[in-house]
Amino acid sequence: MKNKIENAGIPMEEKDKSTTTRKNLLKTAAAAGMMLATGCKMSMEEFLQKNFKTLTDSEKKEIITRLESEYSKKYGKKFTVSAQEPIEGTLFGYALDISRCIGCRRCVYACVNENNQSRKPQVHWIQVLQMDKEKGIDYHHSDTHYNPPKVPLEGHFYLPVACQQCRNPQCTTVCPVKATWQEIDGIVVVDYNWCIGCRNCMAACPYGARHFNWGQPSIPNEEVNPETHYLGNRPRMKGVVEKCTFCIQRARAGLYPSCVEVCPVGARKFGNLLDPESEIRYILKTKRVLILKEDLNTQPKFYYFFGV
Amino acid sequence: MKKIILPVLFILTMTCIGICLSAADKAVEKRIPNKKTEKGREIAISPPPFSAGIFPCTECHSGMPVNYNRRALTEEHANIVFTHDEKNRWCLDCHSAGNRDFLHLASGRLVSFQESYKLCGQCHGPKLRDWEKGVHGKRSGYWNGEKKYLLCVHCHNPHSPAFNPLQPMPPPVRQENIR
Repeated sequence: MKNKIENAGIPMEEKDKSTTTRKNLLKTAAAAGMMLATGCKMSMEEFLQKNFKTLTDSEKKEIITRLESEYSKKYGKKFTVSAQEPIEGTLFGYALDISRCIGCRRCVYACVNENNQSRKPQVHWIQVLQMDKEKGIDYHHSDTHYNPPKVPLEGHFYLPVACQQCRNPQCTTVCPVKATWQEIDGIVVVDYNWCIGCRNCMAACPYGARHFNWGQPSIPNEEVNPETHYLGNRPRMKGVVEKCTFCIQRARAGLYPSCVEVCPVGARKFGNLLDPESEIRYILKTKRVLILKEDLNTQPKFYYFFGV
Repeated sequence: MKKIILPVLFILTMTCIGICLSAADKAVEKRIPNKKTEKGREIAISPPPFSAGIFPCTECHSGMPVNYNRRALTEEHANIVFTHDEKNRWCLDCHSAGNRDFLHLASGRLVSFQESYKLCGQCHGPKLRDWEKGVHGKRSGYWNGEKKYLLCVHCHNPHSPAFNPLQPMPPPVRQENIR
């Protein structure tokens, strides 16, 4: 009743304006209060940013412009942040030839450079497990810290493990805020701005493929890769989870992931599972193929095979 | 009456199936970019990896008489370590005696050094088949477009083809030492 009396003399348009500004004011004030209370250093826009999946194109554009200028200023390089959508008719798959891999770790560091992983504290998306040929695939007796002068070491084989890009990804179902999901082309991605750092996804992942930024990530300016994707290799902040995205910034531009490009023995294969002529389909058709922890029904799109 | 209905029914079902199948084909075609126009092109990353100054071979060999006797080379090419079925083979089993700038297949047909994979494929058939599909050996470039390939001899020294061990990159920092 009171409202009705107050609004009585105001024309309709003005009324609308006044309510929207009041709403915005309240929102901003609440946000500012929250930011003060938590001692946050982020900008107002960043604080009020919504989940990436719910953004309109214009909102995305705004955010990307903001991020590009932020990163360019921070690293003294011109950054591009892409939000390229999946290519129609693609479902990405990956295959790794265990009989070829020699455990040289070139892929680990190519990935770090391409995807702007923190150098200190160190984050590696790829773990290379050295295993005993006599024991076969045996995670408990595997070693990631092997360091002989030359690899492969006699009697051993190597199993590089990164995100298995499951068709049934448990990491996404446990996320309490829906900050991680599977894209239509099969890539499981994280919206770092929406991630609250609860690490439930890390507990849910049976492959240890998700990594947490315990400290402020640091990358030397001259090493940072300025060609980025919003859902992939853009610089991350402290307190968020990150993971392999099949180099989303490259894959969606038609390029092979950088681990494929760097592998000196050609053990890594990548392609479109929906294209019957692709390398990956040839492998599935003609080679002995296995997936890791098949019994968990995670249904990875990352296959291991024996090329010989 | 029955006699007429049965063939008519048969024709009707067959056309239905036909229409469904062709529709499904079209849907698949639409989803997958046309391979013939967009990909299929493959280019070599670099020419065959000759030692410096060794090619063309005819520069030295053109005036020389050919010695067909199997022997270990001691004067020239002595640096070549030959461990590639050395009991059964020697130089002229692959290198052409008539034209030193070419290799030759078992049939006697000459192949250039750019096509040396044809020679390798005579014995390593399944490997050649995988290599042609992009599964053996390394491909780089575009998964949906132009690809670059390496020849067999870029990774395997044809005279001693076993892949040489490499020094590994540094191991990850141990969890307890991450700061």
